[in-house]
Amino acid sequence: MASRLVEEYFRKETLPNIWCPGCSNGIVTMAIVRAIDNLKIGKDKVVVVSGIGCSSRASGYLDFNTLHTTHGRAIAFATGVKFANPELTVIVITGDGDNAAIGGNHFIHAARRNIDITVVMYNNHIYGMTGGQASPTIPRYDKATTAPYGSIDRDFDICKLAIGAGATYVARGTAYHVQQLVKLIEKGISHKGFSFIKAMSICPTYYGRRNKKGSPADMLKWLKDNSIDINKAAKMKPEELEGKIIIGEFVNIEAPEYTEEYQKMVERLKVSVK
Amino acid sequence: MQGNEAVVEGAIRAGMRFYAGYPITPSTEIAELCAEKLPFVGGKFIQMEDEIASMAAIIGASLAGLKAMTATSGPGFSLMQENIGFAAMAEVPCVVVDVQRMGPSTGMPTSPAQGDVMQSRWGTHGDHSIIVLSPSSVKEAYYVTIQAFNLSEKYRTPVVILMDEVIGHLRETVNLDEYGDIEIIERKIPEDIENYLPYKDIENGVAPLIPFGKGVRYHVTGLVHNEKGLPTNDTKIAERLIKRLVDKIEKNKEDIVMYKEKGEKEGDILFISFGSTSRAVEAAEEELKKEGFKVGIFRPITIWPFPDTRLRKIYPKFRKIFVVEMNRGQLYYEVDRVVKREGEVENINKANGEFFTPCEIVEKVKERIKNGF
Amino acid sequence: MEKKLVIIEDWCKGCGICVEFCPVRVLEIKDGKVRLIDEDRCIKCGLCEMRCPDFAIYLEVKKDVEGVNAGK
Repeated sequence: MASRLVEEYFRKETLPNIWCPGCSNGIVTMAIVRAIDNLKIGKDKVVVVSGIGCSSRASGYLDFNTLHTTHGRAIAFATGVKFANPELTVIVITGDGDNAAIGGNHFIHAARRNIDITVVMYNNHIYGMTGGQASPTIPRYDKATTAPYGSIDRDFDICKLAIGAGATYVARGTAYHVQQLVKLIEKGISHKGFSFIKAMSICPTYYGRRNKKGSPADMLKWLKDNSIDINKAAKMKPEELEGKIIIGEFVNIEAPEYTEEYQKMVERLKVSVK
Repeated sequence: MQGNEAVVEGAIRAGMRFYAGYPITPSTEIAELCAEKLPFVGGKFIQMEDEIASMAAIIGASLAGLKAMTATSGPGFSLMQENIGFAAMAEVPCVVVDVQRMGPSTGMPTSPAQGDVMQSRWGTHGDHSIIVLSPSSVKEAYYVTIQAFNLSEKYRTPVVILMDEVIGHLRETVNLDEYGDIEIIERKIPEDIENYLPYKDIENGVAPLIPFGKGVRYHVTGLVHNEKGLPTNDTKIAERLIKRLVDKIEKNKEDIVMYKEKGEKEGDILFISFGSTSRAVEAAEEELKKEGFKVGIFRPITIWPFPDTRLRKIYPKFRKIFVVEMNRGQLYYEVDRVVKREGEVENINKANGEFFTPCEIVEKVKERIKNGF
Repeated sequence: MEKKLVIIEDWCKGCGICVEFCPVRVLEIKDGKVRLIDEDRCIKCGLCEMRCPDFAIYLEVKKDVEGVNAGK
């Protein structure tokens, strides 16, 4: 016997999961399940689409309609699923490499379209599945197997990128602040439009060791000590926010949703043709 | 009616209700016509950000229950290959129209060619099978598109319609009812959905596909998977899965292949060509017949799987075989593999962006046989 | 309603997160697996369940159980 949530929402035969000890992918995945459970969405109507990478293995563990696609393309597959059957609740599980690197083009266009899918990006700064290479969100000067002397790249502010591209719900949570993360995902799913939740995650095996971040628990504590809620941050001076992670809801606005707009267009055509 | 339009009409008649695509000469009319027509038939059109996304979207839509199609040309077809492979592995029915143009690379976008023959079969990596059809007239483009959807549903596989710029842009008066009522294969949800196995290990076959959201939850992945669709590294399961993916098409070849034959059943020259080229070949055949040659034509409509059984029966009755293609020889290799008679199979090639002229073909034939067969 | 801490040994990878975050420090890692040191001191807060990446520790909610070990 396992916990209620595992019994109800997971494919137990696929567990234990393949993630390394202390990897927070399980925490973020369970946060998604809690959100779905809280929203009481029927399992038959939920489609989880994932790309390629550690985080994207989550779809195999979940007892929904699950689609484990090709690297970087989850959002494009999800667009097809949602547009074909708008009644489905479509959630995309992706990683920072999967989404911000190879998947960037599909990410910004889905945001531009404001199609009603919820994208949860597990952000652990590296490509875990392939052994710890730097991802586009790795903090500058941090180390990875492909940045042995520290990454010289500037990292994406993927939330700003989402806002710039037109996403109408954008939030950032962390694997430490689980209760908040569940709420952010809940609001993302119930939001009608393109929802993006960046979940700061930890990779003790590659990112943690190579950058001497300590044990999994230490890495979670680091998230706790270095995250500031957006409302508090608003009252703080910029230098105080230096190097800190702002968490909470950045954008939550209503805008025409793609599949509905198409339906309205079809309605208009039918009227004009009569 | 234009060839590209005939594809759209055929697709809609076959039940296609989802199109995702990206503009590219010479297939763009297909996207434009879908954008125009689909809203009126309860269908959906979306222009995606690139061909990779287009291929991904139609797979997603197909899994969500709609018959889906995309259309492109060489450069886009190259971008689609990884996801075509995903559709083959995950056994998701969908139709990909490749209106070929001169390649490689940007090539000559408004000029016809048939240089994607091998790409349509082996464009994506790994062992797999695929069905590729090639029409040679506007009317046949309509019919072939319907068959493409039927075959993709029946065998749960991507089907490529290999056209070229000539057929795509050709306008011919057609009477579409000439085909009468063609059987359309619909996706049937089996009664016993209790212990549904989306990837049941059926000998040379495939389980029916139940769309997402219909009460049966299962997993779809590009990883090697077991009968439930869950990832596995079990080498025995892997071997059986790949074997089934290939055999469900290769072992059902006789049910799948389509071809047309014309002219003599035996004689001097057997022409083998497909798509638009076969029209020039038919004119060349008339010419050569007047000069006393006995000429036959074998035109595969299914390029892959190649109708080798049929070809084996007819080629021995001809003294010389000519494979005529708007490329530097691709289907030639398949014919040569089947015929296996040294020096018997010649190819007539043209790869400069121009269409064949009949007399060009006649000259080349005469030149090759001037010192005897 | 009675809660009982359950550990699924097969799924535990000994990452130690629950041990660190348990407010009453009643958990420890022994031979790579989490172990409950003292059931009585466990306050059934569920923090370990919330933080476990492998769903290997959780509070089982037993509704109106009359059983002998219904706890104090």
